[in-house]
Amino acid sequence: MDHAATTDVDPDVIDAMLPYFRHYYGNPSSLHSFGAKAAQDLEDSRLKVAKGINARPEEIIFTSGGTESDNLAIKGIAYKNSRQGKHIITSKIEHPAVLNTCRFLEKKGFEVTYVPVDNSGIVNIEDLKDSIRTDTILISIMHANNEIGTLQPIDEISKIAKTNEVYFHTDAVQTVGKIPIDMEKIDVDLMSLSSHKIHGPKGVGALYIKKGVSIEPILHGGEHERGIRSGTENIAGIIGFAKAFELATSNLENNSKKMLKLRNHLIESVKKRIPESYLNGHQTKCLPNIANLRFSFIEGESIVLMLDMKGIAASTGSACSSKNLKASHVLESIGLQPEVSHGSIRFSLGKDNTLEEVDYVVDSLETIIKKLREMSPIAKM
Amino acid sequence: MYSKKVMDHFTTPRNVGEIEDADGIGEVGNPSCGDMMTIYIKVNDGILEDVKFKTFGCGAAIATSSMITEMAKGKTIEEARKITRDDVANELEGLPAVKMHCSNLAADALNSAIDDYIKKNKD
Repeated sequence: MDHAATTDVDPDVIDAMLPYFRHYYGNPSSLHSFGAKAAQDLEDSRLKVAKGINARPEEIIFTSGGTESDNLAIKGIAYKNSRQGKHIITSKIEHPAVLNTCRFLEKKGFEVTYVPVDNSGIVNIEDLKDSIRTDTILISIMHANNEIGTLQPIDEISKIAKTNEVYFHTDAVQTVGKIPIDMEKIDVDLMSLSSHKIHGPKGVGALYIKKGVSIEPILHGGEHERGIRSGTENIAGIIGFAKAFELATSNLENNSKKMLKLRNHLIESVKKRIPESYLNGHQTKCLPNIANLRFSFIEGESIVLMLDMKGIAASTGSACSSKNLKASHVLESIGLQPEVSHGSIRFSLGKDNTLEEVDYVVDSLETIIKKLREMSPIAKM
Repeated sequence: MYSKKVMDHFTTPRNVGEIEDADGIGEVGNPSCGDMMTIYIKVNDGILEDVKFKTFGCGAAIATSSMITEMAKGKTIEEARKITRDDVANELEGLPAVKMHCSNLAADALNSAIDDYIKKNKD
C-alpha cells in the first residue's frame, strides 16, 4: 500500500538485467565487440522507452532517476537561457527534487514564482498566467502529485507555455504506467521519468528532451548521452528500466482500471466505516492508485506504526519527509491546518494488490483509529 | 527506528484515560506541532496515588506519556518533580534524536499537573 514510495522489481525485469552483470558487462563506449553489444542494447532500450510515450529515441536521455532528471531539466534550461531571462514558475506542491532545485537557483540569482493550488491540489491557471513575465524562461509543473495523486492540467499549461514562448517541464515520475502519455499529443519540452516506481530497479530514470530543445549539462565528463549526461551508462539498470517501462505502458489500461477500482473501494469503505475521515485531493482528477486519507484527532505516525505491525505499509506525507517532523507542504498548500494534516495517511496501490487486501486494510484502520482516538485528548467522540 | 521498550509502551500503553476528580491536570504541546498531552494526577498524603494520560501524537509521544505514568505512580510530589525528560528517554532505552525535543513532553506535562495541584491547594 506504499507503491508511490517504491515498488518491487518485476521478475521479468530481473531476468532481463542479470546477463548484463555476468556476461554483457561491456562499456558502450568501447570499440571492441563487448562494447558494441552494450551500445546496441543501450539504443534498443532507448527505443523501448521512447515507444512507451510515443517519442523519438533521440529524445530520451538516461539518468540516475527522477531527482537527477528534475535537476537536469531545470538547471539545464536555466543555465542555457539565463541571458534571455532569469524567472522560473513552478507550483507550491512540487516534489522536493523540483522545489529544492528552484530554491538553489534562487540563491544563484534566478527568481522563482511558486503558484498556489486549489483545495483539491490543482494549479490555479489564472495565477499561472498572471505570473508569466517577459523574462520567464521555464514553467515546471508536475503531471501528478506524489502525495495526494491530483493530476494537473498539463495540456492547458503547455498551451500557455507555448503562447508565451516559455519552456515547459513536467515531472511524470508518478504517472508512467498509470496515465497514458503520448508526446505527439501533449506539447511538453522536458519530462522526468523514473524506473523504481514502475517495478524497475532503483538508480535509473530518464529525461525526455523534445527535439530542438537545448539544455546545459550538469554533469561534465566523457560526453555520454550526446554530451547531455556524462558518466558510463548504467547498462543493467537501463535494460531493467526499459523492460519495466515496456511492461508498464503495455499493461497500462488493465492495471489502471484495477487500481482505480481498489482505490475507490478503499475510499468509500473508509468513509462509510470510520467517522470523521476524509479524502485529501481530488475525487476524480487523480492517479488511479493514490488515496490520501485524513483522520481527525490523531497523528499519522502512530497510524503508520500500527498499520506496520499488522503488515501494512503506508506513509505519512511522502516517504522522503518521514524524517522531518514538519507537516506536509502539499497538505498545507491545499489549505489544511497543521493539526489536521498530521492525521493524514497516503495509501498508494500497486498492480498486484487485491480486493481482500484492501478490505484487510479497512478492517485494520477501523480498529487502529478507534484505539488512537480513545487515547487522544482532542477527540470529541 | 524505535527501541523495543518504546514500541511496547506505544502498542500497550499503561494508564490511558482521564481521572474524573483529578487533583491536578497538566496540558502541554499543541496539536499544530503534532504532539499534545494531558496528564491527570490523584494525590493522597503527598503521594501520587494515580496518574493517567491522554495523548495526541507520534509513537514517541504516546510511549513517553505511558512511561511517565509508570515512573511517577507511588512517588512523592518531590520525587516526581525530579523526573526529567532525559530520565523518561533513558527509561525507554533511548529515543531517536529528532523526537527528543518535540515528542518528549511527558516530564513537562507531569510538572504542569503538579503545579496545578499545588496552586489548587493554596486556596
